[in-house]
Amino acid sequence: MKIDHTVPLEYSTEENRIKIVGFWIFLGAEIMLFATLFASYFTLVERTGSGPAGSDIFDITPVLIETIVLLTSSFTIGLGIHAMRIGKLMAMLSFFAVTLALGAGFLGVEIYEFLHYIHVGAGLQTSAFTAILLTTLGTHGAHVTFGLFWGIMIVWQIKKRGLTPENANKSFIFSLYWHFLDVVWIFIFSFIYLKGMM
Amino acid sequence: MDYFDRFAVPHPSFGIYASMVAIALTVIGIIVGITYYKKWGYLWREWLTTVDHKRIGIMYLISALLMLFRGGVDAILMRAQLAVPENTLLDAQHYNEIFTTHGIVMIIFMAMPFIMAFMNVVVPLQIGARDVAFPRLNALSFWLFFMGAMLLNISFVIGGSPDAGWSSYFPLASNEFSESVGTNYYMFALQISGLGTLMTGINFITTILKMRAPGMTLMKMPMFTWSALVTNIIIVFAFPVLTVALLMGSMDRLFATNFFTTSNGGMDMLWANLFWVWGHPEVYILVLPAFGIYSEVISTFARRNLYGYKSMVASMVIISLLSFLVWTHHFFTMGQGALTNSIFSITTMAIAVPTGIKIFNWLFTLWRGKIVFTVPMLYSLGFIPIFTIGGVTGVMLGLSAADYQYHNTMFLVAHFHLVIIPGVVFAMLAGLTYYWPKMFGFMLNERIGKWAFWFISISTCVAFFPMFLSGLDGQARRMYTYSEATGFGFWNMVSFIGAMGLAVGFALIVYNVYYSARYASREIGSDPWDARSLEWATHNPVPAYNFAIVPHVASTEAFWDSKKKGHVLFPGDYAKIHMPNNSGVPFVMSSIFFVWGFSFVFGMWIPVILTTIGIFACMAHRSWEEDHGHYLSVEEIERTEEQLRGA
Repeated sequence: MKIDHTVPLEYSTEENRIKIVGFWIFLGAEIMLFATLFASYFTLVERTGSGPAGSDIFDITPVLIETIVLLTSSFTIGLGIHAMRIGKLMAMLSFFAVTLALGAGFLGVEIYEFLHYIHVGAGLQTSAFTAILLTTLGTHGAHVTFGLFWGIMIVWQIKKRGLTPENANKSFIFSLYWHFLDVVWIFIFSFIYLKGMM
Repeated sequence: MDYFDRFAVPHPSFGIYASMVAIALTVIGIIVGITYYKKWGYLWREWLTTVDHKRIGIMYLISALLMLFRGGVDAILMRAQLAVPENTLLDAQHYNEIFTTHGIVMIIFMAMPFIMAFMNVVVPLQIGARDVAFPRLNALSFWLFFMGAMLLNISFVIGGSPDAGWSSYFPLASNEFSESVGTNYYMFALQISGLGTLMTGINFITTILKMRAPGMTLMKMPMFTWSALVTNIIIVFAFPVLTVALLMGSMDRLFATNFFTTSNGGMDMLWANLFWVWGHPEVYILVLPAFGIYSEVISTFARRNLYGYKSMVASMVIISLLSFLVWTHHFFTMGQGALTNSIFSITTMAIAVPTGIKIFNWLFTLWRGKIVFTVPMLYSLGFIPIFTIGGVTGVMLGLSAADYQYHNTMFLVAHFHLVIIPGVVFAMLAGLTYYWPKMFGFMLNERIGKWAFWFISISTCVAFFPMFLSGLDGQARRMYTYSEATGFGFWNMVSFIGAMGLAVGFALIVYNVYYSARYASREIGSDPWDARSLEWATHNPVPAYNFAIVPHVASTEAFWDSKKKGHVLFPGDYAKIHMPNNSGVPFVMSSIFFVWGFSFVFGMWIPVILTTIGIFACMAHRSWEEDHGHYLSVEEIERTEEQLRGA
């Protein structure tokens, strides 16, 4: 394996560079996935049947907590990658741990939010609106959940095997994924919650 | 026993019982055969665990041919049922199931793997690469596709086939109107194979962007590689739409949500829109690689370089953009209003322009060429007139005002078969004949191949031209019978005769494979067609590492230049080659996916949870695995090269 020392570790081998390109293309597909969900959401948002509308059920407090927690986690993983590039292993692992903890916090609040919706009669089967609302949020939440397990694997592997080009590559790709989830959340926050509460 | 009642077929008939027996006997036969000849180890080591793009391509090819047979039997049953008025060969339910599975099998499980087969075998060779970017992912793509196909195919003996059409419009596809689990099979079979297709898309874009031989800029890529690049970009942007649509459809059927229902705010037209936002680009996913194959075949056998390279590339890129802007033309009659219909009418007709450019480029390539009438060339020449007839009737259908007359009649059926068969199937058969020596090291017999070509091309016209007439007369598609007074009987009988002719043509191809495997010469050299692009610069069959020395490229036809103009294709000496290791994980993981899909179909939640854990366990295993591949030493390469040169 040829290692090029003039570029950051995560780009240092040909295999690594190829994997990063591949992941960007995967994110293109993910954009289409969420775009389809958003398009369906806007189509169905008024179609509440006999169930509640968004303005009846949205509660700003948990949503704001989720937003702040997830945006902070995106910042901390950025710091983690920076620490990785300047070779500070402990700092990197700490920032990753903070990121994952914040991700878990986000997920906890989101589960609470879901229970609240079901409690006030906005379950999956209530109307087309509730179905697409919970599916869109749920798809994002499932991505975060997957990210948590993925992140734990990476932290564990770095602890065990050190910061190899392979592990650096995984960490960088994971950070791309995490930032992407943040971008999706910004759209969810603006166009589902804020627009829905107006 | 109540538990097992759910697996019973809701409308059994003699044919289905006979199929059950046939499937059971075939499976037993295969297992006994492999055990008797002690081939389990060979099968596992060389095929089930392989990550070699050429072998994966061959497995795609075998699957496609099997599915062609299955879809073809469906087609013959349909034509036989309609051959005479008031026929009772099939009842309404069976006819519904058969036209549904015919569509799904032919599009998703025959045409798709066929193009995947050629992309896998040819693209890495054309760009001078050792393999695709992610060989392991490539194996996973194949096995997911394969398990999806198998899941759909067991539906007709366990629980019932889907019966709401290949487009499965809601509310017809809802639990209320499609009670059997058939449509659940549709949702999960397409979901699983769709995941595989998406991975292929990512894999091949990365391969083409990052792994081209030195000197091969994007505008020096062979045309088939260009078509593969554009196709895979469409795949990456179209398939997630299907993923979401299928997710929502599955939830409607399994969790009683209200996405596509007619109550509680549900919107059935949302399904139709999402389906065709994927479905129309899917048409171009199929036809662009076919165009790529025609470009290769026509320039090889006209003995000229391809006319209008840049306009070929530009027209494919334009087609890929327009393909996302025309979906509404599949349902002009479903009430969007005049403005929407007009816009989509215009975008639809706009697609005829880049397609026309391609047709003229092929004609100009032929102009003053020294045409050699080989079998692949015959298919390419047959394609141009028949496809044009299919294409212009598509423009007729695209006129939204006139579409009210044609919509859902046999006229439509005639149109799309006359673009898909010459557009895709002819290309696949041309590609099959053209790349057969590349894959298997011997040529298919030309004389039998020509007989097959004439049977297939004439029968295509005989089978589908009458449908234009009966369709304009008002024969609706998807009707299982009609009365004598309609006067459709004569045309449908002609169609049936055409369908039988097609069956003879395909049987001839099967015979050709057998005949050539037995009698054809194995001494064909590396370039039996006197071809032009890089895939012919290595041996037949291709060694695992593709090229002993990475080729250097200076034009679109580097291999032709090396033959005629003294271009040095392989500068330098042998060096050790890095190769990926085989892995059983893709096969195991896809098998778990099969059980996962099957459990969802029947709503068996405990197996669903267990298999979901199994899938994530496979991913975790991959994450922890330290697999850096292996190296082939210079001595090994020298030995292999010598052997291949000697053979």
